[in-house]
Amino acid sequence: MNIVRLCERTSKFGIYIAFILLCVVLSILSPYFFTVKNIVNILNQVSIIGIIAVGSTIVLISGGLDLSPGAIVAVAGVMAAHFGHPGQYPIIVPITVAVATGLAFGAVNGVLTSLGKIPPFIVTLGTMTIGRGLALLACDGMQVIDLSERYISLANSEIFGIPILIILFALVFAVFQFVLTKMRFGRHIYAVGGNETASHVSGLNVNSIKIAVYMLAGALAGFGGLLLSSRTVVGSPIAGQGYELDAIAAAVIGGTSTTGGVGKLTGTIIGALMIQVISNGLDMINVPSYWQQIVKGSIIILAVFIDMRSRNKG
Amino acid sequence: MVEKSCLLKMEGVSKSFPGVKALKDVTFTLNRGEVHVLMGENGAGKSTLMKVLAGLYNRDAGRILLNGHDVAFHSPSEAIAAGISMIHQELMPIPHLTVAENIYLGREPVTFLRTIDRRKLEAMTRELFERLHLNIDPWSIMKDLSVAEMQMVEIAKATSWNSDIIIMDEPTSAITDQEVENLFRIIRQLKNEGSGIIYISHKMDEIFEIGDIITVFRDGEYVQTCPIKGLERSRLISMMVGREIQDIFPKTECAIADTILEVKDLTLPGIFEKLSFQLHRGEILGIAGLMGAGRTELVETLFGIRKKSEGRIIKDGKAIIITSPSDAIANGFAIVSEDRKDVGLVLKMSVGRNLTLTTLKNYTFWGQFMQEKREHVSIQDQIRRLSIKTAGEGQQVSTLSGGNQQKVVIGKWLLSNPDILIMDEPTRGIDVAAKAEIHKMICSLACEGKGIILISSELPEIIGMSDRVLVMHEGQITGELGRNDFTQECIMHMATGQCLED
Ligand SMILES: Nc1ncnc2c1ncn2[C@@H]1O[C@H](COP(=O)(O)OP(=O)(O)OP(=O)(O)O)[C@@H](O)[C@H]1O
Ligand SMILES: [Mg+2]
Repeated sequence: MNIVRLCERTSKFGIYIAFILLCVVLSILSPYFFTVKNIVNILNQVSIIGIIAVGSTIVLISGGLDLSPGAIVAVAGVMAAHFGHPGQYPIIVPITVAVATGLAFGAVNGVLTSLGKIPPFIVTLGTMTIGRGLALLACDGMQVIDLSERYISLANSEIFGIPILIILFALVFAVFQFVLTKMRFGRHIYAVGGNETASHVSGLNVNSIKIAVYMLAGALAGFGGLLLSSRTVVGSPIAGQGYELDAIAAAVIGGTSTTGGVGKLTGTIIGALMIQVISNGLDMINVPSYWQQIVKGSIIILAVFIDMRSRNKG
Repeated sequence: MVEKSCLLKMEGVSKSFPGVKALKDVTFTLNRGEVHVLMGENGAGKSTLMKVLAGLYNRDAGRILLNGHDVAFHSPSEAIAAGISMIHQELMPIPHLTVAENIYLGREPVTFLRTIDRRKLEAMTRELFERLHLNIDPWSIMKDLSVAEMQMVEIAKATSWNSDIIIMDEPTSAITDQEVENLFRIIRQLKNEGSGIIYISHKMDEIFEIGDIITVFRDGEYVQTCPIKGLERSRLISMMVGREIQDIFPKTECAIADTILEVKDLTLPGIFEKLSFQLHRGEILGIAGLMGAGRTELVETLFGIRKKSEGRIIKDGKAIIITSPSDAIANGFAIVSEDRKDVGLVLKMSVGRNLTLTTLKNYTFWGQFMQEKREHVSIQDQIRRLSIKTAGEGQQVSTLSGGNQQKVVIGKWLLSNPDILIMDEPTRGIDVAAKAEIHKMICSLACEGKGIILISSELPEIIGMSDRVLVMHEGQITGELGRNDFTQECIMHMATGQCLED
């Protein structure tokens, strides 16, 4: 009886348990894994993809799908870098440019999916491809280099000894967690994703909610692009390859439903960490990189499988 | 008549869900050639027991004997193979497939190339429909059907297996008298062929007409089994709810005041044209009609769910424009829709979240920031007021019993405190006791000076509750009757389009 109850309780936390287990295994295999330095390193590396995954999560919850973040990262990074050369513009300009680029992409995604009624997979596949082209066009296929100190410090400084990326990630998480759980808009996102017709009949403006969600996700991807260009000290048109899939994977591993209406940001964080820890850990125990991809893919499927099994019990 | 031999016996069946014991040690027996009615309040465990029998849920304890053999089904297909088919309370069509494909899903006739033999499929469906006197095109897409038509298709599907046992979980919740009669004819035929039928319904008249024997559950427990012949209604009700209920239609007369709503020349192309009517404060306006008469379409158009091509809506003397549900809500309208699963509820959300969905703004400051404590108080009030049976406001609404889900839809719209309340089959699937409560609530809302539009396929409900009745037939208003004039015959006459001139 008690065991049954224990299982019931823990089943909710399936993914957390899987994550902890993974960490334990890696700590045993490599003594270096569980050190402050490595943990900070992992967190630092997960931050940018984590910020983007927050956007992907809210899009998924609203019943949509966004394949464009990776391309937005590239466009926004290149555009921002153009305004990031030493002694030209104040730092607020490249920041605004990056975020505005993301917002614009998001607006197109949102309008075409909601008002245009085109399936999100198609729309965002299109904007992803367009974005990749625009990124190359915006810099003639050449990386944008020669960035200002201030620009570089956006992603490469520390506050009270904590890398700034980690702090930014924590802030983004906190803000969006608040939006999703404590604001009316957040409630609307879940409702629209859960049942569009019922939401419409209940008086929600479904289209504007969807557009807003895509715009937020775009803005986050644009911001992520800015940070990535700062971190790598270059605005690269091929940056962010595959980020959209990592972001979606993080959300789904964390329990967000691909059919909408269900999901939690805390889960997404765990999902993103899981992906990062797997690569980090496999590096650490010297698994060759070809194998890493195979192992990573398998662990993602396994994690979601365990999670779904524990959910559907009863 | 086939000899009454025991077909099915369930003993000591128990089933728990997180937070509730849905079934506690219940017993149920079914004989050949018998219609066994299963009754009980909303959330008594009727559907749960049937789902255990049909292989959808695993039981925690107990035995099921089918023709004397111990069985346990782990999936619906196993149950069907053993001769048990079920009409579910919640319709489960595959929306983008055709009617014929829905019925013969997974057992489509195939040609020698293993492609679907469409001609044969059509012939099979037509034959089935003929037997059931159904007039639905086998090739229409499921999602284009009305709820009533979908229910008829589900009934057709369940009978198409030629099962020994047919479970009917509230098969008539959305269909009108005409189809009910048709269904009863089918049931009698099945009975004579020796099938056993388990019939769940909250409609007393039906039960007394079609049932042979009745079993009552209360709160997941077996109460009693007895023959229906000679059973008193009042005794049945007290068996079910543990107390007496005076009046299911506690109509209170209240002052009917000035016009609150005037609809002029409302047109929805292809469905109805130039409909005009008025609604007064304090009035309950019933709309009667047969399946496909356009009643639901009428109120959906009024509410802005469907786009009208023409027509004016005047509220309190002022012309208003409604192009979407949010306009309607802003103008004080509310609609308890017929289809709770697709239109009424967000099934993936909790009971509480569903209750406050339309009125969320009232629990915020600056329009956005949730005040969860105040929201919680409202939710708890509403759960109590409608006696919604739930393990807590956080329970996912899809796991409530059908009747309790319906109460959530009603509760959600009552919270919006509307001036004009449209109710399309509001008591669908709701038990007698709760029905009486909801009727009382509707009356007291009318007495507060609100205008109420009531659509119901149950004529007694229309007759018992309305002050005035509009009768519709094929998109037209064929009659209007005042409270002193309406009788069942009179309404039926108008609903079938035979105008009554006297
Ligand atoms: N999947 C589930 N998860 C949790 N609780 C459930 C689930 N299914 C049913 N329940 C609970 O079990 C109880 C019995 O439900 P059931 O659907 O059998 O009632 P019912 O007698 O069919 O009622 P109604 O007349 O309203 O259809 C209810 O309290 C319901 O909330
Ligand atoms: Mg039920």
